Amino acid sequence: MSNKVIYAIYNDDDILMDAVKKTRAAHHHIEEVFTPFPVHGLDKAMGIAPTRLAICAFLYGCVGISVATAMMNYIMIQDWPQDIGGKPSFSYIENMPAFVPIMFELTVFFSAHLMVITFYMRSKLWPFKEAENPDVRTTDDHFLMEVAVNNNEEELVSFFQSTGAVEVKVIEKH
Amino acid sequence: MYTFSSKLKTFSFLLMAIGVLGIGYGFWSAPKDIQEVETLLAAESHGSHGEVKHETSKPVEEHVVSNGHEEAQSTKEGNAIVSPTDSTSEVINEVHENSLHTEVAVKKGEHEISEEVKHAEHAEHLNHVLHQLQNKPWAAFYVACIFFMLVSLGVLAFYAIQQVAQAGWSPVLFRVMQGITSYLPVGSVVFFIVLLLCGLHLNHLFIWLDPEVVATDKLIANKAGYLNFPFWIVRAAIFLTGWSLYHYYSRKNCLAQDEASDDLFYKKNFKLSAMFLVFFIVTESIMSWDWIMSIDPHWFSTLFGWYVFSSFFVSGITTIALVTLYLKSRGFLEHVNTSHIHDLAKFMFGFSIFWTYLWFSQYMLIWYANIPEEVTYYITRIELYNLPFFGAVVMNFVFPLLILVNTDFKRITWVLVMAGAVILVGHYIDFFNMIMPGTVGDRWFIGVSEIASVLFFLGLFIYVVFTALTKVPLLPKRNPFIEESKHFHY
Repeated sequence: MSNKVIYAIYNDDDILMDAVKKTRAAHHHIEEVFTPFPVHGLDKAMGIAPTRLAICAFLYGCVGISVATAMMNYIMIQDWPQDIGGKPSFSYIENMPAFVPIMFELTVFFSAHLMVITFYMRSKLWPFKEAENPDVRTTDDHFLMEVAVNNNEEELVSFFQSTGAVEVKVIEKH
Repeated sequence: MYTFSSKLKTFSFLLMAIGVLGIGYGFWSAPKDIQEVETLLAAESHGSHGEVKHETSKPVEEHVVSNGHEEAQSTKEGNAIVSPTDSTSEVINEVHENSLHTEVAVKKGEHEISEEVKHAEHAEHLNHVLHQLQNKPWAAFYVACIFFMLVSLGVLAFYAIQQVAQAGWSPVLFRVMQGITSYLPVGSVVFFIVLLLCGLHLNHLFIWLDPEVVATDKLIANKAGYLNFPFWIVRAAIFLTGWSLYHYYSRKNCLAQDEASDDLFYKKNFKLSAMFLVFFIVTESIMSWDWIMSIDPHWFSTLFGWYVFSSFFVSGITTIALVTLYLKSRGFLEHVNTSHIHDLAKFMFGFSIFWTYLWFSQYMLIWYANIPEEVTYYITRIELYNLPFFGAVVMNFVFPLLILVNTDFKRITWVLVMAGAVILVGHYIDFFNMIMPGTVGDRWFIGVSEIASVLFFLGLFIYVVFTALTKVPLLPKRNPFIEESKHFHY
C-alpha cells in the first residue's frame, strides 16, 4: 500500500489561510501545515482543539504552593521551631508573612518549568532530535500544507493548483 | 444617543432618599454628651457596674476563679465518695465568699490611693468613647464620599493612560469613561465641603486639626508645618480643581474632534493627558497622605500613595466594565464586543493582583521589622478589625484570582458582574479599614450610617454618570483609532 502525500507550497500566509479554508470545505484531510512563523488564526481555520497547557500550568502552580507550604511548615515549625529574631514559630499561620515570598516563587517556578517541560514532551522536542522538515524553505519564507492522497491524486493536484499554490508535489512517504 | 431609563432614574433617587434618611438617623442617634455615653457604657457592662469598677474588679475575679479550680481539684481527690457536683458547688460557695472578701479588700486599698486618678481616667475614657461615637456617622460619610470620588478619579487616570498609550482597543469606550468621570466634579464639591467642615471642628476625623491635641502632642506639633489647616485645604482645592479641569477639557477636545477636519484636537488631548498623568501621580501621592494617612498622624508609610492608587484604580476599571456591560445589555454600545470586555476583565484581574502586591508589601515589611512606632497601625487593625482586614484580602485577591484567571470566564457577563461587585465591595472595605480605625477605633460597625452613606453616594453616582451619558453620542466619530477599536478582536 502506498503512502502518498501532497505537498502544496505557498509563499503568502493570506493565500495559505484561504487554501486551508477551501481544503477544509472540500473535506480533504490536512495532515500538517509547516510555516516559518506563527500565522494568527491558522489553528482555528484548521479546526485544531484548543491547548490545555494553561490548565496544566495552573495545576503545577498548585503543586508548587503545596511543596513550599509543606517544606517550610516541616522545617520551620515542626522539626526545629527555633526563636529566630523573635519571629513566632508556634504555628505556620503566625509566621506566614515571612514564608509568602518563597511560596510565591515556588508556585511560579513549578508552574513555569513544569509547563515548559510538558510542552517539550507533548510536542516531542529535545536536543539531538532529528528535524522533521519536509522542505528547507518552510523555515524561511514558504508555507507547506501536507494532505493525504487516497487514490484521488489528479483531483487533489488540480485542486491545490487552483488554491494559489506555487508548487504542488506528490511524495511517497515511508 | 443614550436615553436614561426612567426606572434607573427612579432607582437612583430612591437610593439617595434612603441614604439621606439613614445618614440623618446616624447623626441623630450619635450621643450628644458625656452622660449619654456613660449610660450607654453602663448598659454595655450589664447594668450595675460602672466601666471603671468593672475593669478593676476583673483581674481579682479571674484570680479567684483560677484559685477555685485548684481547690476544687484537690477536694475532689480528697473526698472521692462525695459526688463531684456537690463538692464543686460547695467549693464555689466558699470561693465566692473569699472572692467577696478579697474584692472588698482590694477596693478599699485602691479607694484610698487613687480615687481622684480613677475619676480622671474615667472621664477621659468617656470623652474618648464620646469622640469615637460622634465620629461614627462622619467617618461613614467620609469613607463613602472619598471612595466614590476616587473611583471616578481612577477611571480618569485609566482614560488618560489609554489616550497617551494610543490604545487601539479602547476608543469605543472613551465616552463611557467620560461619563463615569463626570461624577468627579460633583463628588469633589461634596468632598471639599466635608473637608471644610472638618476644619470648622464639627467633627474629630483629623485629630491634628484640633489645636488642643497639637498643643500637647509633640509628634503632631513637629508636623504642623505640613499638617495645618490652611495649607491642607489649599492643597485639596488645587488637586480637586486640577483633576476636574482635565476632565472638562479632555471631554471638550474629544467632542471638538468629532466635528473637526483634522487631528488637531486629538493631538491636544494627547499632550493634555500626558501632562495630567504627571500632575496626577504627584497629587495622588500627596492626596493619600492628606486625606487618608493623616487620619493616623503618628504613623507613616512610604508606599501608601501607591497602595491607595491601586485600590481605587482597580475599582475604577471595574466600574468601567460594569457600566459598559449595563449599556451593552441595553443595546447602546453597538461596537463593543466580548474582546473589549475581555480586555477590561484582564485589567481587573491584573490590578487586583497589583493591589495585593502592595497591600502585602506594606504589611509584610512592617510586620517583619516590628518597629513599635509603625506596627501599632496593624495591631489596631488585626485586633479590632480582624474580619474586615483579612476579609478585604479574600475579596480583592483570592476571589478575583480564582474567578478571573480563566479566559472563558472573562467573557461571561454574569461572572464579570459578580466578580466586579465583589471587587467593589472589597475595595470599599479596604477604604473602611484605612479610615475607620483612626476615627472610631473599636466602636466600628457596618450599620445604618455606613450602609446609608454608601447608598446615598451610589444613587448620586448613578444619577450623575447616566445623566452625563445622555448628553453626547456614545461613539467618538473622528478618533484616529476608532476604526481599529470597532474591529478589535482578541
